[in-house]
Amino acid sequence: MIPVIEMNGITKEFPGIIANDNITLSVQEGEIHALLGENGAGKSTLMSVLFGLYRAEKGKIFVRGEEVDIKNPNDANELGIGMVHQHFKLVDTFSVLDNIILGYEDVDRGFLKKDEARERIIELSAQYKLKIDPDALIRDISVGQQQRVEILKMLYRDSNILIFDEPTAVLTPQEIEELMKIMKSLVKEGRSIILITHKLNEIQMVADRVTILRKGKKIDTLNVKDATNEMLAERMVGRKVLFDLKKEAHTPGEEVFACENLVMRDEKTQKAVVNDMHFALRKGEILTIAGIEGNGQTELVYGLTGLKPLEAGTVTLNDQDITHEKILTRNLMGLAHIPEDRQKFGLVLDYTLQENLILHTYFDARFQERGFLKKDAILEFAEEVIEKYDVRSSNGPTSMARSMSGGNQQKAILGREIERGTDVIIAVQPTRGLDVGAIEFIHTELLALRDQGKAILLISLELDEVMRLSDRIIVMYEGEHVGEFDPDQTSPEELGLYMSGSHRKEA
Amino acid sequence: MREKTWVDGLLDYFLDSSTAVKILASIIAIIGGLLVGLVIMLVLDPSRAFAGFSTILFGLFRNGTQSIGNMLYYAVPIILTGLSVAFAFRTGLFNIGATGQLTFGAFFAVYVGINWTFLGSFHWVVALLAGGLAGAFWGMIPGMLKAFRNVNEVVASIMLNYVAMYFSTLMVKTLIYNRSVARAFGPAESALIPKGFFDTLTNGSSLNYGLFVAFLVTAILHIILSKTTFGFQLKSVGFNRDASRYAGMNEKRNIILAMTIAGFVSGLAGAIMFLVPGRFLTIESNLLQEGFTGIAVSLLGLSSPIGVLIAGIFYGSLEIGGFYLQVTTNFVPELIEIIIAAIIYISALALFFQNAIYKTLKKRKDARLAEVPHE
Repeated sequence: MIPVIEMNGITKEFPGIIANDNITLSVQEGEIHALLGENGAGKSTLMSVLFGLYRAEKGKIFVRGEEVDIKNPNDANELGIGMVHQHFKLVDTFSVLDNIILGYEDVDRGFLKKDEARERIIELSAQYKLKIDPDALIRDISVGQQQRVEILKMLYRDSNILIFDEPTAVLTPQEIEELMKIMKSLVKEGRSIILITHKLNEIQMVADRVTILRKGKKIDTLNVKDATNEMLAERMVGRKVLFDLKKEAHTPGEEVFACENLVMRDEKTQKAVVNDMHFALRKGEILTIAGIEGNGQTELVYGLTGLKPLEAGTVTLNDQDITHEKILTRNLMGLAHIPEDRQKFGLVLDYTLQENLILHTYFDARFQERGFLKKDAILEFAEEVIEKYDVRSSNGPTSMARSMSGGNQQKAILGREIERGTDVIIAVQPTRGLDVGAIEFIHTELLALRDQGKAILLISLELDEVMRLSDRIIVMYEGEHVGEFDPDQTSPEELGLYMSGSHRKEA
Repeated sequence: MREKTWVDGLLDYFLDSSTAVKILASIIAIIGGLLVGLVIMLVLDPSRAFAGFSTILFGLFRNGTQSIGNMLYYAVPIILTGLSVAFAFRTGLFNIGATGQLTFGAFFAVYVGINWTFLGSFHWVVALLAGGLAGAFWGMIPGMLKAFRNVNEVVASIMLNYVAMYFSTLMVKTLIYNRSVARAFGPAESALIPKGFFDTLTNGSSLNYGLFVAFLVTAILHIILSKTTFGFQLKSVGFNRDASRYAGMNEKRNIILAMTIAGFVSGLAGAIMFLVPGRFLTIESNLLQEGFTGIAVSLLGLSSPIGVLIAGIFYGSLEIGGFYLQVTTNFVPELIEIIIAAIIYISALALFFQNAIYKTLKKRKDARLAEVPHE
């Protein structure tokens, strides 16, 4: 059988790295083909080449047996290739209908013909059980629904080769399950799906075959039913990976970090984004705040760390009220923070690795003398952290932070924050976008810190992570504390119901 | 394997070092700007174009040490305003107000230079510092507006340029006006920046101790930026304000300090420009060009103090070339301004050049690797 997509010997280079090195990929009609690899393995680059966002230096692309030259996304659309990007390409203030026909409008003497489009959208939505109201505004619907709008957009354009770029990153467990059903019904109709992912469970759930990439090279293509998770992980990372981390029994100590009646308001809408939030964190435990993205977790952390002012409430650290303290004071009093956005807050990308490692501590007597930086001491410290936390980069301490991979950037931040030796560590989505190997490393480190008696506040959207690490779980929904759970007595499904607002425990 | 030659080494060096590529881009911009000048000269007067062009390039050697001295004399204020712009830029601020700070500084320097004659041999030093401090004050204003009210420093300092200009005009008229020639009085003899040994060394050029000030400021700013915790904070705030805040740095204080220091340096430039014989504050409503040229020099010098020093001296050589161009041919000296403008225009495309250079070098390297015979 002729494959619908065949990519032959694709090579794409960026200054300094070969993102795709002679990669071959063949996708059959009616299959879900997973593309598995760590961050920076070249999955997105390969798909961008197929979708016409990049042009490969070498290699050929065949669609249904014919060689094609895809210069831009319009060429790709004409060949029936559609893509759901990780970050949706939707206009917030437009309706679903408007977003779907955007760029594809039927026009009658300069006027839009929306009625036919509306009918077709309702039809498609019913056919695939997408449950989408064509007249709702994008900003009013959930992230899961927005994703389905993206899927509808592809269907509306008669795309039959669908690329999904990490589609489950923003979904709740229930939504993930629905998405998987939709994907299966799409291939039943003879469409083909390429699923970019680094989550092994998803592959096991839906994919027929999987192609594994590592460091820009193709490692293997396997039938999913012949492959185990361990096997896939090993090929993806290049070494064996531990799945079950040893977790010692939970022996919490005294309370070190707490907040009460926290209220924060959005500056523009005046909506309370954090509402009457409270928790108490003890030494030697990992307390997790779970929730779907955008339910006030980000703001809560800003409030706790002093990045944004609180409207009401108190924050205490080691029995001292720090509600009105400056960020520097909080840092010095023993608060470490692994920020959610490592490129915006965590690192100065145009600084070298060693400079980033002293970002909080450059004024420490260890690193300066009468205002002059002690280069040797800084270098020595950087080499220590690099060694201890296995931070890999092209030039060691003098590598530009910008040039490092996401996983290594994160390890550097983790190392820096841990080395500050504080009692409390706030870790916000510490493994977001990282691959199995890096996740394993970070999880092991966090558990080790807990066993050393540190107090860790973990903010996470990934239920796997929540279940694996937490000693206690608080679910946050629309800025509020909607329930506290013991991980041994709850399930991801139960948490999902609280996270989506269908249930709440009355305090 | 084929032996590595020096060409491979050089290619590798440029491919590994973004700074080297940036320097190359600056040099290409300069060459491009000069070629634009040459083309204009060819259009205007083909017969003398090449002679004129060589005057622009080599004018500085025309009168031995004297023209070199004058070149440096022209360069000093430009180096200082360039440093002012570059320093603020490293903190993420665009100091387009260098000309205002310079004007404000110049007025106070001249005022002190005229009136405080009791200071004796310290007179010029105090006048110079008065200029610096006045400039610092003028730079601090947009810094504070930016830090506390988040007012865009570009808009604030552009407006302050005009305030400084009219303030200077008003003050000159009320305090130090020489009615007979309709301009300010000149500073007292004791307030003029001494020429010292430069006078004999450069055969009576205008060069004075201002050159040492330029060198000293370059060295100090270089040390601040590359060696101190203060510079570490300033650059951090410049690169990423959010990360700096997250790390506990006081971004507001840093913004104010950076603008104040930038203003101080521009103020020094103003003092050095006017604490000389034969140059007087006027009551014309013109912004002093040196402040804007500083932006150009900062850009060419890649916002590094040492780069600015080199670019400033290059600018001085064009100025002196322009001076001789006017003397020896009938080309107008404004041609120099056109060349500078073209250089700036081309450096603004620097990013494009950097990529183009990178790709060309990469191709060269690939081609050389391909030469390796298969065994």
